[in-house]
Amino acid sequence: MKHFKILGSGCKNCDNTAALIEAKAKELGIEVEVEKVTDIGAIMGYGVMSTPGVVIDEKVIHAGGMPTPQAIQEWITS
Amino acid sequence: MLEIFTKLADWATYDILQLSPTSSFAQALHFFIEDVTKIFFLLILIVFAIGFFRSMLTPERVRKVVAGRSRTVSYPMAVGLGAVTPFCSCSSVPLFIGFLEAGIPLGVTMAFLIASPMINEVAVVVLAAAVGWKVALLYVAAGLSVGIIGGLAVEFFKLEKWVEEYVWKIRMGETAIQQVGTSFKQRLEYAWQQVKEIVGRIWLYVLVGIAIGAGLHGFVPQSFFIKYASLDNILAVPSAVLIGIPLYSNATGVIPVVEALLSKGVPIGTVLALMMSVAAISLPEMIILRKVLKPQLIATFVGILFIAFIGVGFLFNAILA
Repeated sequence: MKHFKILGSGCKNCDNTAALIEAKAKELGIEVEVEKVTDIGAIMGYGVMSTPGVVIDEKVIHAGGMPTPQAIQEWITS
Repeated sequence: MLEIFTKLADWATYDILQLSPTSSFAQALHFFIEDVTKIFFLLILIVFAIGFFRSMLTPERVRKVVAGRSRTVSYPMAVGLGAVTPFCSCSSVPLFIGFLEAGIPLGVTMAFLIASPMINEVAVVVLAAAVGWKVALLYVAAGLSVGIIGGLAVEFFKLEKWVEEYVWKIRMGETAIQQVGTSFKQRLEYAWQQVKEIVGRIWLYVLVGIAIGAGLHGFVPQSFFIKYASLDNILAVPSAVLIGIPLYSNATGVIPVVEALLSKGVPIGTVLALMMSVAAISLPEMIILRKVLKPQLIATFVGILFIAFIGVGFLFNAILA
């Protein structure tokens, strides 16, 4: 099962991003785990300065702004 | 080209609604219709165009570019890049920590954070469309200068002691550079995404700004501004800056108010000082920065900007009004 981490210290776009991924996964019938990382030290540890950031299995794949639905679909299915 | 929006407002107000051009309500409504159509048209067009043509300019890249430069290079660079790099104020904290962690001085970091909300490409183009290129360029020059002056002041007073201690302990991982596809289709998608995100974030500020501008334009008589905001009133500039501190709007959102005030004969320095104060100093931003800055630094920072904006106001009034 894919493990998503959403990096962001509680901004609206971060919550939206987490919700989008969960919704898309449900729609596709694929189980994923989505975890929100709000600790600033942990976020910086990934080298991300512009939030929200998205991490899959400890690899940063996105930073700064909401991801597109197409991108989310690719992350979940690839 | 932009006269089309004036004509559209003429047509809606005087032809369709049959309002008399002399009534206050008609003048306010005309202003509202013209500015809503014109500003949102420009907003979408510019954000889309910039999103399409610009390769990604991210805070992560700025950090790499600015780190390790001499002060004579890093200060102008920080304010210049602060003006053109898009980032949401909710990212101020990681950005602040990331800059310091890369060894970028506190003063340079603050210069970036001062310039960033004040100046951006969209606001500059909309400002130019509303009140002309001369005022827009003056605003940019003043904004960049205030950023540098504010940063230098932070450096001069050695305010590093008022940065929260934990900030210095955070270590940053390898920076993740976001990859954006360069095919035509991917660029279109990215540009459209930018439009949705940026317009989604600021439309309400812009709409409220237009409503206030329309109200001022239609219902507040010129004599009011001549009485209270003329050059003779030495308190007009400080009051404008003071009023702007608690008010918060995106830089683009203040422009309709700027437009209305200028048309009522309020001196240009006073108006630009107000615009800077509204865009640059805001309570939400200070609350966010409180996570990394001690109250003393926030107070000093606001004080420095307060003085700088008043200086800009008086300077422009002296030269231009």
